Amino acid sequence: MDFENIITIALGAILVNNFIFAQFLGICPFMGVSKKVDTAAGMGMAVIFVMGVASICTWAVNRFLLEPLGLTYLQTLAYILVIASLVQFVEMFLQKAMPALYEALGVYLPLITTNCAVLGVALQNTQNGYGFIESVVYGVTGGMGFLLAIVLFASVRERMEFSECPKSFEGFPIALVAAGLIALSFMGFSGLKIF
Amino acid sequence: MNVKKQFMDGLIHQNPVTVQLLGMCSVLAITTTMFNGIGMGLSVLVILTLSNIFISVLRKIIPNKIRIACYIVVIAGFVTIVELALKAYLPSLSESLGLFIPLIVVNCIILGRAEGFASKNGVAASALDGIFQGLGYTVILVIMCVIREFLGNGTFGTGVLAPDGIRILPEGVGALGMILPVGGFLTLACVIAAMQYFLNKPKKDDKKEEVTK
Repeated sequence: MDFENIITIALGAILVNNFIFAQFLGICPFMGVSKKVDTAAGMGMAVIFVMGVASICTWAVNRFLLEPLGLTYLQTLAYILVIASLVQFVEMFLQKAMPALYEALGVYLPLITTNCAVLGVALQNTQNGYGFIESVVYGVTGGMGFLLAIVLFASVRERMEFSECPKSFEGFPIALVAAGLIALSFMGFSGLKIF
Repeated sequence: MNVKKQFMDGLIHQNPVTVQLLGMCSVLAITTTMFNGIGMGLSVLVILTLSNIFISVLRKIIPNKIRIACYIVVIAGFVTIVELALKAYLPSLSESLGLFIPLIVVNCIILGRAEGFASKNGVAASALDGIFQGLGYTVILVIMCVIREFLGNGTFGTGVLAPDGIRILPEGVGALGMILPVGGFLTLACVIAAMQYFLNKPKKDDKKEEVTK
């Protein structure tokens, strides 16, 4: 749990093992809400927040509920329930306490339940045997990686509106090609060694 | 008649991947060998069919307000069953698919069909819908696998036809990028583009026929 370890996890989650471009988690919202930069940024913020909180909650559920009772095989079921109710709670809390932020996040909050990056981060935390601090760092930085990816992609996509492409590639396929090229550039980080 | 329509919808006109654009994550991530593709496709098919049947049976009991939560619990239950079964009987598949088996819970195809079809239709129709949509998903996975495996590795049918696949191109010729994430995005783009091309074509013919009639 030393500092170096934390930095390695953080840089890994943001750049080397980016959730979108290296692990393919959370592609649905990535493709769905990346038509404009500001909505993409809103979604990214919401994901950072939920992934951080979800990491804490699922860590606690696993450590204090599933492991002592020997129920780790119910992990998937337990985690998705935790995440779904968490998202609901966050939504209600924000509505009451921080209406401005709630307005800004708007429809993206409920969508996050079915974002596989959130469930993915919870499952990976358990799989890698991360402790509390590592889990939180991985969750938050994973969300940052998502934000980086979706903002980059949205800016590319805004430009693409004005370019011409073959008719059958219009819309979704050409967006995928663009995502593929960004993924190619992210491969450059794969040799990154920090310590 | 209706069965035939459902079949065509599942495979082509309403294909979950290429037309509805659902469940992208798994399609991009695991389509590196044919073994993975078929394994993942069949797992989704089984889970989709079972959850469709179950939700269709319960559709009048589940209160409308908390229906999504109920669907997720049902789906997560079936996913856990499949996950444990794979770990027990096909450990190699379970290992190579890794995280993506539990992530079937949040695969939008299953939740989408539960909400869009099973909650409104009878048991038999929902079961068929599950099977055909699952087939449509599997077919796309296998197509992606074949393309990526051939271009990336130069082999065909790894794990299914032969343990290391049938070598078509000599070793070292394949473009490694096709196995990496880049290849996934580019291949899926081409598959969807091809699908759009073929789907747009017959429409013109239909219109011509209508005019001549």
